[in-house]
Amino acid sequence: MPALKNESKGVAAMNLKDISTSVPKKDHSGKVSGQLAYISDVKLENMVFGVLYRSPIAYGKIISIQLPNLPEGYEAVGAEQIPGPNYVKIIKEDQPIFANEWVNYIGEPILMLVGKDLNILYGLLDEVNIEFEEHQAIYTLDEAIKQKSTSGVNMASYEFGESLEIISAIEQGAHQIIEEEYDTGYQEHVYLEPQGMLGIYKEDEIEVQGSMQCLYYIKNALLNALACGDDEVRVVQSPTGGGFGGKEEFPSMMACHVAVAAKAVKKSVMLVFDRSEDMVVTTKRHPAKLKHRTALDKEGNILSMCVDIFLDGGANVGLSSVVLQRALINSAGVYNIPHFHAKGYVLKTNTVPNGAFRGFGAPQSFAGIESHMGHLSKLANIDPLEYKRKYLVKQGDPTITKGKFRDPILMEDMIMDLLNATQYKKKKGEFHRFNQQNQRFKKGIGTSLFLHGCGFTGSGERDHIKATVKLVKSKDGKVSLKISNSDMGQGILTTLSKIVAKELNLPYEQILYPYPDTKEVPDSGPTVASRTTMIVGKLLERAAKKLKDQWQIGVEQEVIEHYVHREMIPWDEKTFTGDAYPAYSWGVNFVEVEVDTLTGNVKLERVYGNYEVGKVIDDRIMKGQIDGGLAQGLAFGYLEKMTSKQGRIQQKSISDYGPPTSLDVVPIESKVFDNPYADGPYGAKGAGELTLIGGAPAVQAAIEDALQTSFRQIPITPEVIIESLWMKEGEEG
Amino acid sequence: MIKFTLNGKRVETDAPATVRLLDLLRDEFELIGTKEGCGEGECGACSVFVNKLLQNSCLIPIGSIDGTDIQTIEGIMETEQFKILDESYSIAGGVQCGYCIPGMVMASAALLSKNPHPSEADIREGISGNLCRCTGYNMIVDAINLAAKKGDGLWQRK
Repeated sequence: MPALKNESKGVAAMNLKDISTSVPKKDHSGKVSGQLAYISDVKLENMVFGVLYRSPIAYGKIISIQLPNLPEGYEAVGAEQIPGPNYVKIIKEDQPIFANEWVNYIGEPILMLVGKDLNILYGLLDEVNIEFEEHQAIYTLDEAIKQKSTSGVNMASYEFGESLEIISAIEQGAHQIIEEEYDTGYQEHVYLEPQGMLGIYKEDEIEVQGSMQCLYYIKNALLNALACGDDEVRVVQSPTGGGFGGKEEFPSMMACHVAVAAKAVKKSVMLVFDRSEDMVVTTKRHPAKLKHRTALDKEGNILSMCVDIFLDGGANVGLSSVVLQRALINSAGVYNIPHFHAKGYVLKTNTVPNGAFRGFGAPQSFAGIESHMGHLSKLANIDPLEYKRKYLVKQGDPTITKGKFRDPILMEDMIMDLLNATQYKKKKGEFHRFNQQNQRFKKGIGTSLFLHGCGFTGSGERDHIKATVKLVKSKDGKVSLKISNSDMGQGILTTLSKIVAKELNLPYEQILYPYPDTKEVPDSGPTVASRTTMIVGKLLERAAKKLKDQWQIGVEQEVIEHYVHREMIPWDEKTFTGDAYPAYSWGVNFVEVEVDTLTGNVKLERVYGNYEVGKVIDDRIMKGQIDGGLAQGLAFGYLEKMTSKQGRIQQKSISDYGPPTSLDVVPIESKVFDNPYADGPYGAKGAGELTLIGGAPAVQAAIEDALQTSFRQIPITPEVIIESLWMKEGEEG
Repeated sequence: MIKFTLNGKRVETDAPATVRLLDLLRDEFELIGTKEGCGEGECGACSVFVNKLLQNSCLIPIGSIDGTDIQTIEGIMETEQFKILDESYSIAGGVQCGYCIPGMVMASAALLSKNPHPSEADIREGISGNLCRCTGYNMIVDAINLAAKKGDGLWQRK
């Protein structure tokens, strides 16, 4: 198209022959120099700060609220100031914006004080006096499981798979039945930028800016809370310093706080958490208990399997029902298990609500099934990887929800490649000899096999999200992406711009992707569920094709594209059957560790990852996702530990919690296999969450290999290791 | 009145001596490149140079900086060393969400000026006080390694 050539004259075209070739990131300069303004860097005239008074008790009734005398310019905002209904719109109406009758967890917001000086605000907060009538709280998942049938404890549940009559008959004829219970702990996001939100007051509009993943979740929550017209609220994403799911649904509550307050005091209100507040009151990965019950024949072959999953939802359901769905859908891992049955529950505890975290229920399920399969392999006296490969799903196989794996699966190639790269068999022998000769240090190698369903579960994209994207071309031939998706570090400013640039055959620099503003962009859905590249990217690719066909020089043009659903087996949430996802991304991890049996410390020695994400949109960005996701996943297995005691989170600082530092991580040897997917842009599928999932199960398997023992929990901290060594000594001695 | 040198200029402030250097830099001098990640000296996002030494500005009450030489990321932005680091971080893909990066760049500069030819272990040690949750550190380690090579001879020149 000569017209395009003329317009791009004088601009050095980026070589995008292969979409995977890396380009400089759009936001690099502002970030490396620190001059890109995150929300806490913003200052406005007439801006005040907000601080939240939070419940000091886990469960009880508010009897009375006494406020101190507030100096001039200081005001209190609570439930009475909310123009609309008092709940944060997510799925159910169970999360108050400001609790005014019952409190359900320590840290639940009750009211906000606003004013110019933060120090004065903190002083005033100490003088607020609230009288409560305390009630008996449920503090732990185990207590909740015991009280499962009490009204209000079971917040969501699903059951599906083979009939229990058939399983019962199989179990009666089985050689043995193996039952295991497995526990996974909290995981905290520790995005480096704490949560922050600013409500900007204008006569005819409340504008909310902040650190966020989902602009329209927030906009819908604000429309509800402010009971106002569509044009009276506006949501603008600020540069976002990490999300990992932690800025999926939680920011909706903060947005309601600052918007209600801004409207009440007619000033702009800034709410920024410090680290300890952020660690104690924001959502976390659900602690989970998984029960596996498997019937085996004499050779150790699987005849049937039942999995029960219990998620600690915390004090309200939030997104937990959807997290449970993903946990259940992944409960059989990457395996084709005969006669499989699963059920799961989200149970209420009076603790901080749990929510979205990279992987969204899948990391717990994969840790559980990989652990169980590893333990079954020992009974069968077969190498864990060999045992797992016998059950690996193949193209055309049914999923556990009676869907179908319709695309080619490269897992065997990916495994073979790593068997060679690691010299797995040889290494096993070497480690065995090393461990015989060494008392204190023990080496081990472990593996994990995993997948991730890309996009929303079931028909969510078609029925709930209904994504729309827009491209706007200016007179001078620049093309702007008008979508509601957030770059939180994962690099979509760059990757999505590349897709449009390549499709239009324009220089990458000529594609603009400003931080989204709901006044400007249609709802292309939230930035979650490994959907952005695959779903939004595909829509952009189609929009760009359309624009190319209609391209006219020197005029403004606009094209819009709507989501089209891939033909699949329809998803039915009630029966839990059908195709749960349009496509799957795949991964294999091999991890080598050295365990110090004196201290219980685990040292990572080598880490390998092979992945299949359809087609990579940018090699360097993909590597960043692999390294960062795997570091989080490995740490979930042995390093990061968060606990709650009597409803109170015990780790209030980063070092109490212990995310990896540069000294904990080793170079990660990774490879990505091409397997283009027809309904993804240039063949791309999702990648963001996949990379986390294999870390914990692989590190567990490696520690088990080193110590020749079995664990039934993560994280496997030094304390857990030492205790297990003592137990083992006791048994042997 | 506290007087000190900030990014090469003599400055003074009336702020109380207990104010954190981090807040003074951000609020009074509007230097937003120094970020707050934890406020407890654990994450390194607020790293600055005090008399050329890398420090967490969240732990420093300004009463202790009278007469010192303070440099923030804004103060090194025009240097050759920064340009090398900027380019190296871009090529190595060391930047994701970006929130830790100014502090990480300060730590990188501090490391390289002390040790212009660091080993991988030296680099990991050198940035171990700076947390990053996005990258898993490896691409940052690569960036510093690259900067050491690209800027060979530049780091000791002060």
